[in-house]
Amino acid sequence: MSLQQLASRLQETFAIGFVKAVEWRGDLAVTVTRERLHEVAQFLHDDPAMDFDYIVHVSSVDWPDDEERFEVVYEFYSIKKHQRIRLKTRVPESDCIVDSLTDLWKGADFMEREVYDMMGIRFRHHPDLRRILLPDDYTEGYPLRKDFPLRGKGWRDTFEFLDETAR
Amino acid sequence: MAFEDQRTTVYKVDPAHPGSETLPTLRTEELLLNMGPQHPATHGVLKVILELEGERLVKSTPVLGYLHRGVEKLAEDGTYHQFIPHTDRLDYVCAMYNNFAYCRAVEKLMDITVPDRADYLRTIVAEIQRILGHQFWLGTQALDIGAMGVFFYAFRDREILLDWFDELCGARLTTSWYRIGGVERDFTPSLLDKLKQFLDYFPPKIDEYVVFLEKNRIWVARTKGVGVISADDAVSFGLSGPTLRGSGVDYDLRKAEPYSAYPKCEFSVPLGKNGDTYDRYWIRVQELYESVKIIRQCLEQMQDGPIMADVPSVTLPPKQRVFTNLESMIQQFKLFSQGFDAPPGEIYCGTEAHKGELGFYIVSTGGGKPYRLKIRAPSFVHMGAFDHMTRGYMISDAITLFGSYDIVMGECDR
Repeated sequence: MSLQQLASRLQETFAIGFVKAVEWRGDLAVTVTRERLHEVAQFLHDDPAMDFDYIVHVSSVDWPDDEERFEVVYEFYSIKKHQRIRLKTRVPESDCIVDSLTDLWKGADFMEREVYDMMGIRFRHHPDLRRILLPDDYTEGYPLRKDFPLRGKGWRDTFEFLDETAR
Repeated sequence: MAFEDQRTTVYKVDPAHPGSETLPTLRTEELLLNMGPQHPATHGVLKVILELEGERLVKSTPVLGYLHRGVEKLAEDGTYHQFIPHTDRLDYVCAMYNNFAYCRAVEKLMDITVPDRADYLRTIVAEIQRILGHQFWLGTQALDIGAMGVFFYAFRDREILLDWFDELCGARLTTSWYRIGGVERDFTPSLLDKLKQFLDYFPPKIDEYVVFLEKNRIWVARTKGVGVISADDAVSFGLSGPTLRGSGVDYDLRKAEPYSAYPKCEFSVPLGKNGDTYDRYWIRVQELYESVKIIRQCLEQMQDGPIMADVPSVTLPPKQRVFTNLESMIQQFKLFSQGFDAPPGEIYCGTEAHKGELGFYIVSTGGGKPYRLKIRAPSFVHMGAFDHMTRGYMISDAITLFGSYDIVMGECDR
């Protein structure tokens, strides 16, 4: 199945909820509404014509100027059909929660935890949604958001500057 | 703690055995053990909380992040060229392959084709890096579970290749030899000679490693049937590399999505059957032989030619011209101070590093810096399956499993 066929098949199956499909540099990226995300993912996972059995990564992008600020990105691969697809959805900042896909791909567990840790997007029905790379008691926010400064928030500024030349 | 109120079992004294009533009632409960972050066998700073019933693992919870340096955030602040040295520090025992994976991703974003000779050079060095990685793995994994001998032999031969890297790019571990669009410098005749010598020297040494381990009954007993994962589970967890192929899943990006000079070489992808630690070991040893084969073929097929794509707006000028030619100097200066103008869009590009699929997902909105760069690190994904794979085994098997993933925390925590 070519990427175009794949995109149109998805568009036919999910007329409501399908936002757009972009093909660029040989990658197919399909955007769906977050209400249909789990359904589309289940279709990609279970349908024998799709058979995307391998989860590659889960990622997130912050677009602070957009109304729906965060983008959650899933990338799947089909080991039998040698095909990739990127599934994306957008969530607003006021209610940033999407359905977890851990019931379909077990590997989504750690990957979604990382997205939660770094971007603050929560996953509904995730078995163990805690911070993963940062400490559990980290309170400075979510570091990969665009409004998080590169130098971090706070604790570096509390270091006292010792002037070695003043002695 | 949440565990205290549950599972407290009391062994009852058996009335059928007279005399046993004099024994005190034995109370057993689950034990919580913190392993790491300072533990010599956790390959860096990994902490795992083990829930034990006797010596059996009931549950293990990896606690990651002790080596988190925010590399993905740093990437957003530098140009594409400036990120190459950061990739060295991801999987710090296999810097070349990280450079390779990253440069390939940026080349896909910029739609650059690499010249033939550069492709061969890249493939040769990448395969040398695979040998280095597997040697490192072989030594440390056996050392972790008590077979000390092979460590010295693997590291003796590893030293030859590290010196070779030193001569190639001036660094043994943090190499930064790959460039976007090509490589930094060509092989010298002395490097070629040394490499050919090594290729003759090395295969008998692999047989030596194998004898060391497979004649060691303790080592065999501790790897065969330990850490078994079924093919379906391995795919569902997103495992990759030898960890996935150990379960018999034929997924190798060098074959599935051929890149660089791999399609021009003949090699086979070894597959395991049982999905246990021994099969994963066997695959890595076979890959050593395959790597030697690939390097030999590349050396035979390689022709003279440019080693850098000629796209002045993106690729760097040759170093000697930077010092003698004004335009080249301006080009170099502009590329490093402002970067090149990437088209808006997003790509994912995966590369088969020796640990598994190392991928870069880059989102660009135009301009010289990536808008978002996500690293798909195999070590991190493998840790996701750790709990599943250790359940029911002994504490000592947890160590075998760390080793069997070939985990490096620099890459896992990023």
